[in-house]
Order: sequence, then structure tokens, then C-alpha cells
Amino acid sequence: MDSRTVLSIKDLSIEFPLYEGTLKALNGVSLTVKQGEIVGIVGESGSGKSITAMMTMRLLGEGSYRVRTGSIDMLGVDILKASEKEICELRGGDVAMIFQEPMTALNPTRKVGKQMVDVIRRHQRVSKGQAEEIAAGLLSDMHFADPEDILARYPFELSGGMRQRVLIALAFSCNPKVIIADEPTTALDVTVQKQVLMLLKKMAAERKTAILFITHDMAVVSQFCDRVYVMYAGSLIESGSTRKVLHSPRHPYTRGLLAALPETAAPGTQLKSIPGSVPDLSKLPVGCAFQSRCSQSSEKCHQKPALAEAPQTDAHLCACWHPLTDLEAVA
Amino acid sequence: MNVSTEHPIASIEEVKSQRSKRIGYFFYRVRKSPLTLLGASIILFMLCVMLFAPWLATHDPNAIDLMKRLQPPSAAHWFGTDEVGRDIYSRVVFGSQQSISVGFFVVGVAGVVGTLVGCFSGSVGGRIDGLIMRLTDTILSVPSLVLTMALAAALGASLFNAMLAITLVRIPYYVRLARGQALGIREMGYVKAARTFGASRWHIVRWHIVRNALPPVVVQATLDIGGTILVAAALGFIGLGAQQPTAEWGTMVATGRNYILDHWWYSLFPGLAILITSTSFNLFGDGIRDILDPKQRGK
Amino acid sequence: MSALQLIRKRLLGLLVVVLGVSVITFTVSHLIPGDPARLIAGEKATEEIVQNIRVQLGLDQPLHIQYFSYLKNLLSGDLGTSIRTTQPVLDDLAAFFPATLELAIVALLFASVVGIPLGVLSAVYKDKPLDHFVRLISVTGISTPAFWLGLGVILVFYGKLGMLPGGGRIGEGLAPQLNATGFYLIDTLLEGNFSGFISALKHIALPAFTLGFVHLGVVARQIRSSMLEQLQEDYIRTAKASGASKWSIIFKQALPNALIPSVTVIGLALGDLLYGAVLTETVFAWPGMGAYVVNSIQALDFPAVMGFAIVVSFAYVIVNLIVDLVYMLIDPRISGVN
Repeated sequence: MDSRTVLSIKDLSIEFPLYEGTLKALNGVSLTVKQGEIVGIVGESGSGKSITAMMTMRLLGEGSYRVRTGSIDMLGVDILKASEKEICELRGGDVAMIFQEPMTALNPTRKVGKQMVDVIRRHQRVSKGQAEEIAAGLLSDMHFADPEDILARYPFELSGGMRQRVLIALAFSCNPKVIIADEPTTALDVTVQKQVLMLLKKMAAERKTAILFITHDMAVVSQFCDRVYVMYAGSLIESGSTRKVLHSPRHPYTRGLLAALPETAAPGTQLKSIPGSVPDLSKLPVGCAFQSRCSQSSEKCHQKPALAEAPQTDAHLCACWHPLTDLEAVA
Repeated sequence: MNVSTEHPIASIEEVKSQRSKRIGYFFYRVRKSPLTLLGASIILFMLCVMLFAPWLATHDPNAIDLMKRLQPPSAAHWFGTDEVGRDIYSRVVFGSQQSISVGFFVVGVAGVVGTLVGCFSGSVGGRIDGLIMRLTDTILSVPSLVLTMALAAALGASLFNAMLAITLVRIPYYVRLARGQALGIREMGYVKAARTFGASRWHIVRWHIVRNALPPVVVQATLDIGGTILVAAALGFIGLGAQQPTAEWGTMVATGRNYILDHWWYSLFPGLAILITSTSFNLFGDGIRDILDPKQRGK
Repeated sequence: MSALQLIRKRLLGLLVVVLGVSVITFTVSHLIPGDPARLIAGEKATEEIVQNIRVQLGLDQPLHIQYFSYLKNLLSGDLGTSIRTTQPVLDDLAAFFPATLELAIVALLFASVVGIPLGVLSAVYKDKPLDHFVRLISVTGISTPAFWLGLGVILVFYGKLGMLPGGGRIGEGLAPQLNATGFYLIDTLLEGNFSGFISALKHIALPAFTLGFVHLGVVARQIRSSMLEQLQEDYIRTAKASGASKWSIIFKQALPNALIPSVTVIGLALGDLLYGAVLTETVFAWPGMGAYVVNSIQALDFPAVMGFAIVVSFAYVIVNLIVDLVYMLIDPRISGVN
């Protein structure tokens, strides 16, 4: 492993045993995140991106899932095999998480200050007063005019954007090397969203923190991420630098996603959409999961394509038997 | 309850397959819940005891034998004998007929009457509804055990009167439950649709409202059987239920109380029977409620 | 809603309840086939004497007149006269009420101390054997005939082991002289009567256990379901992601939040315990309202039964009010707005 790699997932396959059958949530996912890098995972809801995020910190309910294959290496810790104690030391310390629901992600009956101080003192040997100072400093970094006031408030007294900034401050409270951010801005207004993203990016750059950024929003990816993975039905189907993937997608699904963006449509024309719907994860087809919705599909697609370097590209991977050419990609 | 109204034009095959899927899922959940199964098996067992009591009993439950007073459990008298030498095992076996039928009678009558009144009240609305609700709220405001005891006492101590008293006090619970359901259902699309198609009010009450109000009522009824058996036994215990020499569990515990310090078996076995029967209905009712509770679904 | 509005609402509700209770119990009491005047006068009294008593009690008046005079007395705090004891019902009940309240409170404490941890464990180990076991205990508790369990513990702890008394409220000659609270456990301590306190504690142990066991299931179930709700909340995931250990999340984050809604349910259980004590008190010869009302029912002493129902309903509403006020106090979302 590269010494600069902070997170490396190899061939991870996760399934959930349910009454209706086995839900194959992740199928051979491999990805890496390097120090200080912002990496996006983009996909529709149900594609497995959130499960990937949860797995990196083993946050899914123990016993509810099965690991079929694969391993996760986070800062040198073998996440799937580590003891509960080792994991707890990583969580909130070297690795922090930010979640989608700012409205409910804080304990409603405890003051913001108490919640921040708790986290800080869990990982750092400081007094209560020092912890409060650290918390106030972080809040002012997150552009709160009066941090002391915020610390004395209950979460329900803050707006959604303010709470998300508190959560980001909380995430940075122990100088993490990696932040896993699961749709951190989805629930926010567009203007607030932009402000929060910029703050997050600035904080990460100053502290050389790597971010694994989970989103369904291509526009956010284009503003925010250095590299991006595209996920579909529990598999990664395309990866590369944000510019390459967004400007010349190789996978028909990625092209479909981009074409469906309102920003790309000419005024007055109908929005494009991908025909069909995401397949049922308990009844995945043999081979490529996208074949039934794909205009390019052939006999060959009954075999599962590997994520491999697409022709005439550099470090731009694509899992498709019929990768698009530059010309097709724009169409 | 999740009433599937989203696809009014679903084909019959689809509806059937959906229904069999739902039933399959129901049994899957029952299998995954050992306590529900335990409750169901004990209920089945008690029902068998009740039905086959004449064959299961080893003695005539009312046969007095003063030579064999208050004997401890033995091969001849499995649960011992009481103060006039009757076989306690046989009396417990026959007692199941009293207790369980009280449970079913009370819940059956209170459930049916209460549901009909509640659905009626909820669907007509207006002044009649207001009046019925005022009345049920009044009854519900009195501590139910005390009201039951007072009614039973006023009617005169007998098992039938005890049953009647419990039933009368239980009815308002069902009225309220069914009315709530009826109010909810009345506003649903398909009932409104039926109304626009010119269905008569009675047709609507009968076909749509009563039928759909039923599941929660059935769950409540299952849970109530256990409670009813307890209350009936309690009435028997304070002398307001079945009278001697009827073999009834509560009454037996009460008489056994006089001999408790030296003849433990007398009160033990009938009391155990009450406990086990009531527990089994509560376990079963609890399990069914959890399974039918939409909040629990899909987890 | 402010506390004042709440109190007003509850008091208004109280009026409705008292009206309802009085109508119902009055109706029931006049269903009796027997003649209360004859009951008071006794079998051998002449018809003349009976008639006199009837006039004295106003029983010769039409029903609605009787009801309104009862209601009028009720509103001035007069619950009528007990036929059985010939004392004013209010005096009788006032004498018995503290014993019942003391028993109910101790039983509730027992049910909470045991029921809360059981409920927590049950939620944490949902659908595991431990959960099934706790639920079995809860359901068994709810399904146990209290009068039978009472007999059982008397047999074992009094009859066989001789560890605890089999009935009564305190040992002979140890009753507190002081009547500050009416609770023997507190009054004996206040006057420094330690042997009295120990005796009172020993006497209350079995009835409180019996009554509490029946309600243990109510508490455990409530805690289980509200813990399950809390454990699914997003803030739990935040805590987990920030490195808090499993048990610190359960006890420091989820449990306090789960207790807030449970206060209502557990508090209301106190109301149920007040009249649920009826049978337990009978078994343990506990000198409370329950034993009093059972004797009254058996004697068809309806003024006493009505009085009991009204007092219990009154207490129920007061408990309700206190619970609501406590709820407002402990939930920062209601009380803590700066």
C-alpha cells in the first residue's frame, strides 16, 4: 500500500439476509483515498454508496449484514477484523463522519457545548475548560459570530445550516486524517449548501484532511471532488478524475446521469431520463447490472465486466464491455 | 394497518399473490417470534383441556370424600384434594371451561357490540356520535376494576353476572377503538369513491368500515382475553363471581387461602392455571400486535 | 402550553370526570335489588323504622332529586355516610388513603428499579434470547393474579421462612405517634423510631413486591419501546461515529431521552396502582382504601364505593397533572428555550 493512502477498500461484498431473499448490497467494491484528497462516490439512492460509507467505520448494525469477500484498511487498521475498542478509538479521532440529517444528528436534549466537549475529551486529554475553548475555536472557524452562545444552546434552537456547521466543527474537533461525509448538504437549501461545502473544503485543505464524499448530486461533485467513483447497484462502474469522468464519461450509465441533469438541458427541451429503474438488489441479473436499461447492451453483457482502464484514457476506469468513445460521451 | 389502495385496478391474480405473500410474511414473522408461538401452543393446549375435560379428569370434580380431606399431591390425586376431599386436578381441568369461556364470551360480546356501535357512531357523526362518545368517555373515566366490582355486586354474586359486569365495562373500549378506525377509513379514497358511486350508507358501513376496522379490534380482543380471565378470577376471589361448588379457578384460590399455610397445593394449582392461561393469551396478542404494527414492518 | 393553561385544562377535566363518576356510580348503586334502608336498620327492624331511615337518607325522593342533592353535597366536599361503618365516607377514606398511597409509591419504585434495567436490556438485545426472556417476565407480570402471587409470597416468606410478616402495616406498638405525612416509612424516621421504620419496611416489602411485580411488565415494556425508538435516532449514529462506546451511548444518550416520554407512562401507572391495590390490600390485610372498598362492595355500601371511585379519580387527575408538569420541566424542548 502506498504510504500516502489513508483508506483502501478491496473487493468488498456485503449482503443482507432478508425474508424476501439475500440483498446483495455491495458487489466487489474496491477504492482508495489518499492523504488530503477529496474523493466522491456518486450514485442513485439504493446504489450502495451510503453502505460503503457506513462500512468504512463498521457502523452498520452488527449481525444485520454478512461480509462475503473483501477487506477495508483505514489508516493501517483492518476495519473488518479490528476489536470494538480499536474501532472506537478511530471513530471521532482520526476518522470523523458527517451525516445527511443535520436536523436529527445531534442529541435533542443536550446542549451543543456538552456534546462537543464530550467528543473532544473522549479523544484528547484536556480539561473541560480547554475542551470548551477548542470547541469555541472550531465554531468560529465555521463562521459562527458568537461561538459561546452556540455552545449554550440546544440543537432545536439552531437552523439546519447552523446545525450542519456544528456537525462539521464536531467532525474536525480531533484533527481527523479522514472524514467520511454522507450527503452532508442534501437536506440544506442551495445557498446554504454552497456555503457549507466551501467551509468544509477550506477546513480540509488547511488541515490536509482527506474526505470521502458521498452524494447523488453531480453538480456538487463537479465543484467539490478531486476524483470520483460512480456507483450502480452495489458495484463501482466508473472512476477517474472528476474532470474526465464528468466531461467524457465512458460508462453509458454515467452519461445517462449527466444527461439527466437539469443544468445540461437546453431551455424548452424535455429533461432526459434513463429508461427503466434500479434493479432489485435481491434479484440482480447475471452479468452487468445495467444491461436491461442500457442502449448498448449485447450478449456479452451477461458476463460481469471488470473495472478496467478504458481505451485511450489515463487512469480513467470503466466497467463496461462497450465503453463510450469521446464522441459518444458528449452526445 | 396498511390498506392497499394505491392500485385500485390490480388484477385478481395480483391481489391474490399479494395476499398470499402477506400471509406468508405473517407466518414468517410468527416463526421468528418464539414467544408468540409459545402463547399459541399453550392456548391450543388449554382449548384441548377445556374440550376434553371429561376425559382428562381423573375424578368427578364435585365428588365429596370427607375421608380424604386436604391430602397433598399423590399418585391418586395429582394436585391433592380440597377441604371436602374433592380432587383438585379434576377441578382445575373442569375450571378451564369456566375461565376460558368467560374470556371468550366477554371479549366476543363486548367486541361485537362495541365495534358495531363504534363504527356506527364514527360513520354517522354529528350529534349521535357526540352523545355516544360522551357516554363512553364517562364510563372510561371510572376506574374499571372498581366499576366492574360494583356492577357485579349490584347485579348479585354469580358467574353470569360477573361476566355481564365485565362485558358492560369493556364495551366502551371497543366503541372508542372502532370509532377511531371508522373515522380514519371514512376519509380514505375508496370509501369516498364508493359514496360517489351511490353506495348506501349501510352498505358502506357494512362492507368497508366494519371490515377494515376489524384487524385492530381483533388484536385488542386477543390481548383482552387474558385480562378478562384475570378480572373474572379476581371477582371470584372476592366472592363476586362463581359460587361454590362450581369449580372456578378464582374461587378455588379464594377458598384455598384459608388453608394456605399448611396446604399450599390448594391455591397453587388453580392460580397457576390462571397465570398460564392469561399469559398465553397475552403473549399471543402481543406477538400479533407487533407483527401487524406497520411501524415494525420492513425492519 | 404554559403550566397555567395546563393546570386549568386538567382541573376542567377533573370536573368532567367527577361528574361522570358520580353519574355512573349513582346509577349502578340504584340498580341494587336490596334496600339500603333495610340494610342499615337490620333484619328485625319494623317497617316504620326502615321508613324513617329512608326519609332521613332522602331515599323516598325521586332519583334525579337524590342525585342532585348528592352532587350538591359532593361539591361541598361531603361524600355521604357509609352504611357499613356509619362514619362520613370522606373521613373513612382520609384515614385509609395514606396507607394506599404509600404502598402504591413503594410498589412503583420497585417496578421502576427492576423494570427500567430490564427494559433497557430487552431493547439492546432485541430479538435475542435475553429479550425474549425479559418480555416473558413482563407478560407474566401483567398476567399474574396479584391475589394469588400475594398468597404465594406469604406462604414462602412468612409461612416457611418466617422472615417477613404476613400482613398488616407495622408491628404492634410501633406505629408512629407523629402524623406528618401519613407514610409510616417517613413518619417513623422523622420521630427517630428506627425499630418502627424497620418494622414498617418489613411489612410493606411483600405487598409492594406483589403489586410492583404486576406493574413491572408495564414499565419494562414502555422502556423497551421507547429505547428502541431512541436507538434508531440519527444522534445515536453520530455518537457512535464519534467513538462513544456502546454502553456509554445506551446509558448517557439513549436512556435519558427514553425516560422523558416514559415519565408519563410510569407516572400514570401510579394512578393504576392506587386502585389496582384493591386486591393486594385484601390479601395482606393492608389497612388501605382497597380493603375498605372491597368490604364496602361486599356489604353493598354504595356511598362508600362511590366515594372511593371519586377519590381515586381525583387522585388520578392530580397525578396526571403532576406528571405533565414534571414532563415540562425535564424536556428542554419545552422548558429550556433560552
